[in-house]
Amino acid sequence: MATIDAVDRAIIDGLQGGFPICERPYAEVAARLGIDESELLARLQALLEARVLTRFGPMFQVERMGGAFVLAAMCVPEGEWQRVLEVVNGFREVAHNYRRESDRNCAFNMWFVLATESADGIAAAVRGIEEASGLPVFPFPKLKEYFVEMKLAVRA
Amino acid sequence: MNAPPIDALDRRLVLATQGGLPLVSRPYHQLADQLEISPQEVIERLARMLDSGVIRRIGAVPNHYAIGYTANGMSVWDVPDERIDELGARVGALDFVTHCYHRPRQLPAWPYSLFAMVHGISRGEVRAKVAAIAELLGADCRAHDVLFSTAILKKTGLRLGA
Repeated sequence: MATIDAVDRAIIDGLQGGFPICERPYAEVAARLGIDESELLARLQALLEARVLTRFGPMFQVERMGGAFVLAAMCVPEGEWQRVLEVVNGFREVAHNYRRESDRNCAFNMWFVLATESADGIAAAVRGIEEASGLPVFPFPKLKEYFVEMKLAVRA
Repeated sequence: MNAPPIDALDRRLVLATQGGLPLVSRPYHQLADQLEISPQEVIERLARMLDSGVIRRIGAVPNHYAIGYTANGMSVWDVPDERIDELGARVGALDFVTHCYHRPRQLPAWPYSLFAMVHGISRGEVRAKVAAIAELLGADCRAHDVLFSTAILKKTGLRLGA
């Protein structure tokens, strides 16, 4: 695990949203954090390279662009894991993919999010993954969202 | 939810920023040069997309493992359909639940309809939080499970085709 110091922590905690849209946004944020613009840029670069941050920039809601964002899962037998993983991750529509396990031996062990520019794209991606992997894909579209907030304070 | 879909220039801005913002002093000016439009146009369009929700937010996306949340549990619950909206609102309001959704069941293999994501520094902490959700649901919980993530296999976010 990468070492995160107090300044990195302040950057991560303070920059999960609200990045300004102005001429020199990094300078504005750096001033707020009490560091130089160049230091902020260097630290962001280092945090991205160390994979402490997976991205820095706008997070899009594809539904608001007329597209769709759908959770889906597969039950992948252990012996086929690597082959299926390569098939699934090879689809550009797969935005995230997580391996999951439960205490109850739930067979749904591969969970991914499909992001497509049109609502029809989801069904096409599901079919494409099923054909390429030979395994069923179970879509779990959200019927209702009760709460979404993904801002986690650093605890490392 | 009725915001008009983005136009062609918005789409070019999405393509130019979906991998991240340039790490330079004037990132919006760099995007403007790249797209051959004015910096003012970039700034106005990004502000508009932020307003309309096309952009949820602009900032850092942490790898939650790297910042200490090594346990990430997707708790899933089978609750009565007629009660789910009330229960979902109550579970979603808990401060340790980061996402909460009603999703379809996939019977017979998957009986769960309420999904609540719980993060913690250990599986024990996540399990204690899941137990608190079970208590809140009481007799409305007919079955539940918690699926811990054991590996991030991919995390690129949205990628539109060029």
